[in-house]
Amino acid sequence: MQNSAEIDRLKAVVQQVLDEAKQQGASAAEASVSIDNGLSVSARLGEVETVEFHCDQGLGVTVYFGQQKGSASSNDVSADSLRETVRAACSIARYASPDEYAGLPDAADLATQFPDLDLYHPWTVNAEQAIELAIRCEQAARDFDPAISNSEGASVNSHSGVRVLGNSLGFLQGYQATRHSISCSVLAGSGDNMQRDYWYSVARNQLGLESVEQVGQEAARRTLARMNATSLSTRQCPVLFAPTMAQGLIGALIGAISGGSLYRKASFMLDKLDQLIMPDFVRIHEQPLLKGALGSSSYDAEGVATQTRDIVSAGILRAYVLSSYSARKLGMRTTGNASGVHNLTVDSGALDFAGMLQLMGTGLLVTELLGQGVNRVTGDYSRGASGFWVENGVIQFPVEEITIAGNLTNMLRNIVAIGNDVDLRGNIRTGSILLEKMSIAGQ
Amino acid sequence: MDLLTTVKQHFLAGNGLQTQDIDQVLGNLLNSAVDDADIYFQASHFESWSLEGGIVKEGTHSIESGAGVRVVSGDKTGFAYSDRIELPILLEAANNVKAIVRHGQQHRQRLASASKYPALYPSLDPLKSLADQEKIDLLKRIDQFTRQLDSRVEEVMVSLVSNFEHILIANADGELIADIRPLVRMNVSVIMQSSGRREQGSMGGGSRSDYRYFLEDDRAFAYAREAVRVAQVNLEAEEAPAGSMTVVLGPGWPGILLHEAIGHGLEGDFNRKGTSAFSGLVGQRVASDLCTVVDDGTLAGRRGSLSVDDEGVPTQNTVLIEKGILKGYMQDKMNARLMGVGVTGNGRRESYAHLPMPRMTNTYMLPGNSTHEEIIASVHKGIYAANFGGGQVDITSGKFVFSASEAYLIENGRITRPVKGVTLIGNGPDVLTKVSMVGNNMQLDSGVGTCGKDGQSVPVGVGQPTLKIDGLTVGGTHV
Repeated sequence: MQNSAEIDRLKAVVQQVLDEAKQQGASAAEASVSIDNGLSVSARLGEVETVEFHCDQGLGVTVYFGQQKGSASSNDVSADSLRETVRAACSIARYASPDEYAGLPDAADLATQFPDLDLYHPWTVNAEQAIELAIRCEQAARDFDPAISNSEGASVNSHSGVRVLGNSLGFLQGYQATRHSISCSVLAGSGDNMQRDYWYSVARNQLGLESVEQVGQEAARRTLARMNATSLSTRQCPVLFAPTMAQGLIGALIGAISGGSLYRKASFMLDKLDQLIMPDFVRIHEQPLLKGALGSSSYDAEGVATQTRDIVSAGILRAYVLSSYSARKLGMRTTGNASGVHNLTVDSGALDFAGMLQLMGTGLLVTELLGQGVNRVTGDYSRGASGFWVENGVIQFPVEEITIAGNLTNMLRNIVAIGNDVDLRGNIRTGSILLEKMSIAGQ
Repeated sequence: MDLLTTVKQHFLAGNGLQTQDIDQVLGNLLNSAVDDADIYFQASHFESWSLEGGIVKEGTHSIESGAGVRVVSGDKTGFAYSDRIELPILLEAANNVKAIVRHGQQHRQRLASASKYPALYPSLDPLKSLADQEKIDLLKRIDQFTRQLDSRVEEVMVSLVSNFEHILIANADGELIADIRPLVRMNVSVIMQSSGRREQGSMGGGSRSDYRYFLEDDRAFAYAREAVRVAQVNLEAEEAPAGSMTVVLGPGWPGILLHEAIGHGLEGDFNRKGTSAFSGLVGQRVASDLCTVVDDGTLAGRRGSLSVDDEGVPTQNTVLIEKGILKGYMQDKMNARLMGVGVTGNGRRESYAHLPMPRMTNTYMLPGNSTHEEIIASVHKGIYAANFGGGQVDITSGKFVFSASEAYLIENGRITRPVKGVTLIGNGPDVLTKVSMVGNNMQLDSGVGTCGKDGQSVPVGVGQPTLKIDGLTVGGTHV
C-alpha cells in the first residue's frame, strides 16, 4: 500500500518549486523531489562489520526561458533552499544558448494512467535482525566447503523511497518503492592462487529474495569453481555469455540505439532502423508495467508514458530508445525512455543452460568481464574475461587472464541461440547468449 | 581569517551550533568503549556547463551539505548521516551508531587543537573565477577552434566542471580539522568522419585550482588539438594483433596501469583482510629493480592531492615499491591501527554520506635512465600503447585489464602504424617484474582521473615514464 500522505506532502513541495519558477520568470519548469531511507549492514568472519543508516533527500529543478534551459539541484528541501535552487537554475538558463529542441515533453505524450505496480513492500527488519541474517549468510558460504579460506563478508540492505515528479503542464505524480538485497563474497586459496566471487539477490519485496543460505552457498560455489584457473592460447572459438554477461551485451546495443548516441552520431547503429541487425529469431521488448519488477514504471523521468513495445522483432530494429529531447533532434517522437529502458526483455529460446552448453559443444563460457573495451562509435569490442573452457557441452576447467574481442555489429548478427536461463535481477532480462565465434587472446 | 575559522563559521555558526555541541555529540559516542569516532561536515557547490552542436545548451548547479557520524570499535563501524546539520539530528545519529559497540578500548578525549599542515591549493571558489558569460565564451571559442582544425570533424562536445568543497572533521581526539577544496575539470571530445568511418578522440585536464587554469599556457586549446589528433590517428587505425608480446607504455596517463594493477592491491583494507594478491608480501620483490612507485598526496594543485585526508590526517609521499621491493600499504586510521602500522593520509570518502576507506591520491613511478627513443628502438615486434581509456582489476586474483585509446605497432625498433581495439590483460603481482626499461621522462596525467571503489568515486592522479614490459597479453581481433 502506498502512503498517500507522504506523497501528498512531497507533491506540495514540487508544486511550490514550480510556482517559484513561474514567479522567477520561467516559461516552463519541471521539478522532482525524492526521499530515500535505508539500512545496510555487513558481517565478516562471523561478526558484524558495519552498520549504516542511510537518509537521502534531493530536489531537482529544470527551468526553461523560451528555448533556454537551466538545471539545479540541492539536498536541502527547506523553503529557502528551494528558492535558491530555482534561482540557480534560472541564472543558468539566462546564459544558455537557445536550443530549438529544448523543452518539456509534448503534453500529448504525458502519462495519464497510473496503475499500482506493486513496488512498495517495506521490510521491518531492524539492525539487529539484519546483522543476524548477514552472519547466517556468510556462515553458509564458509561452511559450504573447507576450501573457502577467507571472506569479504555478507551484507543485507533495505531501502525505501518516495519520489514525486511534476511539471508546468500540470503533471504531478509520485510513488513509493522499496528495494532489498542480500549479497555475499568469499575467497578460496591463498597467495598467488587465490580467487574470489560473489552472489546476490535483490527484490522489491523481501519475500522475493533468495534465502541467506542460498546466497551464501552460491557465492561459495562460484568461488570454488574458479580455483586453479589458467589462460588459453590465442584462438577463435564460440563464446557463451552467461546471463549476467549477456545483460551487458544487450546493454551495449541499447546504448547504441539511444537517442543521445544517435543524434551525436556516436553509434555503430546509425541508420539501422527497419534493418536486420540480429538473427530473425530475436525479439527484444519493453515491459514497463510488470508488477513488482525492478525496472517497472508507468512514466519516465519527464512524466512521459512508458510503452509496452517491441524494440527488435524478427531480428529487425523496430524502434529507438528516446527522450523528448533526443526524439526532437531526430525528428521523431519520444518513446518514454528519458530514464532508460524498463524491464527490457530478450525472449528466450527453448534451451536451458545445460542445453546451451551442449549446443556450443566446444568453446568458452564467459562468466565475468573486466574493463571498458566497448567502443560505441565503431562497435569494436575487446574486454578482459574469465570463465570456463567447455568441450562437448561439458565444463572442463576455469579460465582467466584472457580477452575476448570482436565487433558488436557482427557479434549481434552471429547470435546462435538465447537460453531460457533468465536472470531477473536487473532491468535487462535475458538468458545466456551464444555467439558463433569471437577472437580469444591469451598466452 | 584563517581557514579553520572560516570553515567552523560555515558549519557551526551557519547552523546555530556551538563548539560545545560538537563535544556533546562526540562525548555521547566516546562514553562507550570505542577506538575512534568522528563527525564529518561537508558542503559542496558543483556546476557544469556543456557545449554540443555548437551551442552551450545546458548547465547544472548543485548544492549539497550534510554531516556523517561514525564510531569505530575494533574492526566494527557504525555510521549514520544526515543532510540536516542540527544538534538533535546529530545526537540521534550518534545514538543509532553507538549500538555497534560491544567491546573496545576506552578512549581518552584530548583537548581541542588545530593541527598544522600546509594548504596545497588556494581557498578560492572556482565557480566564481570566471563570470558565467566568460565560461560560455570559452566553450564557444574552443568549439570553433576545434572545428577549424580538420574539416572531417562532425561533432564537438566541450564541458567545463567545477566543485568547491568545505570540509570540517571533528575527531575523537577533540581536534577540529578543516579543508577548503577547489577542483576544476575541462574536456573536449570530437567525432570525426572520413569516407563513412567514424572515430572519436578526447582530451581533458584539470586541477585543484580555478577556471583560469585552462586559460594559462594555452591549455584549453591544447586539449582541442589533442582530441582531434587522437581521432585522426584512430581513423587510420587497423585491427590489432592478439597474443602475448612486448608492450611499451607511453608516459603520463598510462600510469593508470600502476593505479589499477598495483595500487588497489596495496590498499590497507584488502591487506588487513588478506584478500589482496599482495597480502603479506611486504619486504618481498614484486617488481624489477628499475621500479620505484609512490603515492603522493602532497603535490601542489594536483587533482589527486589533499592537504588533509577525510579523516583529518595530513597527506604524505608514501613509497609503495622501492627498487622492486614492496615497502608498505596505503592506510586509513582504522586499518593502520588494526595492522599496527602508521597512518599514511589515504583515508578518503566520496562524501559525508559515505564511509572513509584507504584510497590512492597521486600514484606514479619515478623516472629511470632510458630515453623514450631508446625504449622504442629496443623492440623488435610489439605494441606501443600511447594512451589508455580505462581499466579494471580483480584485487584478489590480481588480474587486470586496460583499453588503449591510442596504440601503434612497433616493428624493427620503429613505430609503424596505428592499431585499434587494443586491450591489455595481465596479472598485477607479476606485471612489474617484467619491466625491462624505464624512461627518464616521468609525466603526471593531465588531471582527469576518477577512481571507483565500493561504489564511491574520488578524484585521483596517476603518472609514469615510458615503460617497456616484456610479454603482456594483447587482446586484439586479428588472430
